[in-house]
Amino acid sequence: MLTVSALTRLHISVSFELKDGECIALQGPSGVGKSLLLRAIADLDPNEGAVKLDETLREAVPAPLWRKQVTYLAAEPGWWVDTVQEHFTAWDDAMPLIARLGLPPDCGSWPIRRLSTGEKQRLGLARALMLRSRVLLLDEPTSALDATSTATVESIIAERISSGTAVIWSTHDNAQARRVGSRLFVMGAGRIEEHRL
Amino acid sequence: MSYIQLAYSDLLLPALLVVMDGVLSLVLQLKLERQLAIAAVRMVVQLVLVGYVLTFLFAAVSPFWTALAAFIMVIFASREIVVRQRRPLLGIWTYGLGAGCTLLAAGTVTVFSLLTQLHPEPWYHPRYALPLLGMILGNTMTGVSLGLDVLTNGLVRERAAAESYLALGGTRYQALLPVIRDALRSGFMPTINGMAAIGLVSLPGMMTGQILAGVEPVDAVKYQLLIMFLIAGGTGLGTLAAVIGGGRLLTDHRHRLRLDRIASETPG
Repeated sequence: MLTVSALTRLHISVSFELKDGECIALQGPSGVGKSLLLRAIADLDPNEGAVKLDETLREAVPAPLWRKQVTYLAAEPGWWVDTVQEHFTAWDDAMPLIARLGLPPDCGSWPIRRLSTGEKQRLGLARALMLRSRVLLLDEPTSALDATSTATVESIIAERISSGTAVIWSTHDNAQARRVGSRLFVMGAGRIEEHRL
Repeated sequence: MSYIQLAYSDLLLPALLVVMDGVLSLVLQLKLERQLAIAAVRMVVQLVLVGYVLTFLFAAVSPFWTALAAFIMVIFASREIVVRQRRPLLGIWTYGLGAGCTLLAAGTVTVFSLLTQLHPEPWYHPRYALPLLGMILGNTMTGVSLGLDVLTNGLVRERAAAESYLALGGTRYQALLPVIRDALRSGFMPTINGMAAIGLVSLPGMMTGQILAGVEPVDAVKYQLLIMFLIAGGTGLGTLAAVIGGGRLLTDHRHRLRLDRIASETPG
């Protein structure tokens, strides 16, 4: 279980609990701070408040270990070497997932600069899923995808949720929020409000 | 050893060449005449002053005055480093990092050469210490400022890449390594290029100076080689310290990228 108490970052201040196998859909207008909140939970920006995974405070573990368990995935994931494959620690193990996301088997040698936004988004998701984190913080993970790919992503994440992964999924798509979320949070003016699904 | 001494009056004729440049600028409307005049006057005043200051220092041979002169040189070098940054660091580190690393590297290398190769008496004799420090400082300064400039701009440009690496559980060193490599390469490049081209494209100023002063060319070459080795060492040390230190300052103990510690881009 992820426990967030009085997490404060700029104008945002929130508290909530997220159980294993639960998915919170996070909605709210652009610029309200959804990304800031997700980044703060992953400890990617300076912030205050207590965040615990089970009973362990996040400050009790080194930040890299925390992020391997509580993983933030940006809407536009970044790339630090030239080809796709070099960004994966175990490319062969990732193949089934990558194939399922609709990418050809030879995409490992593709140069990053030739990827479309949608390809980058799917590969970024695959890369993050390979960590098998306890908590996934997904920042509009299907914003650049067509309906088919979106459905695939939703079903892959649903499987992870049913095997115990906890997810916060930020989305602008009301229908998607209702499809993927077991709870719905709406963010406004730095607070979150739980709505009934 | 003998050399041809110049009187100030001997410089009048060559100075006319600068005046010629000014006339060219006026005729061709390059609008450089003002800048040219200021630069020329600054050069004359600065050099003449330095001549008198060095005369005083060489007569005094005092550790205090020598250290003070060295300190002032480092201050000017660190100011130059900051001016060359498109995105300087904020707070005390604006000057601190560049000054600290330049002082550390150039100082270490200068003292090293004084104590192990040149053995002047006393070891801090300003006739040896200050010219050596000046040459090493100038080159170290270039390496440090290039390295820091590439580091800060690289991190701003590659922010998404570094943050993705961090979000996936990478350490700050792993996440910054690609940019740190670029920054170190940029810092080292001028020294490597300088070493490769020296003697073929240009005769270094110090060697030329010694030759004009009557030193045998082969002896002047030895001095120049010493200087080049010292420069390579100083630039390497200084750039490494500045880039690693900059990388540490732009991240924190929770392995977060802290680009809020960089000033926004200065125009021009």
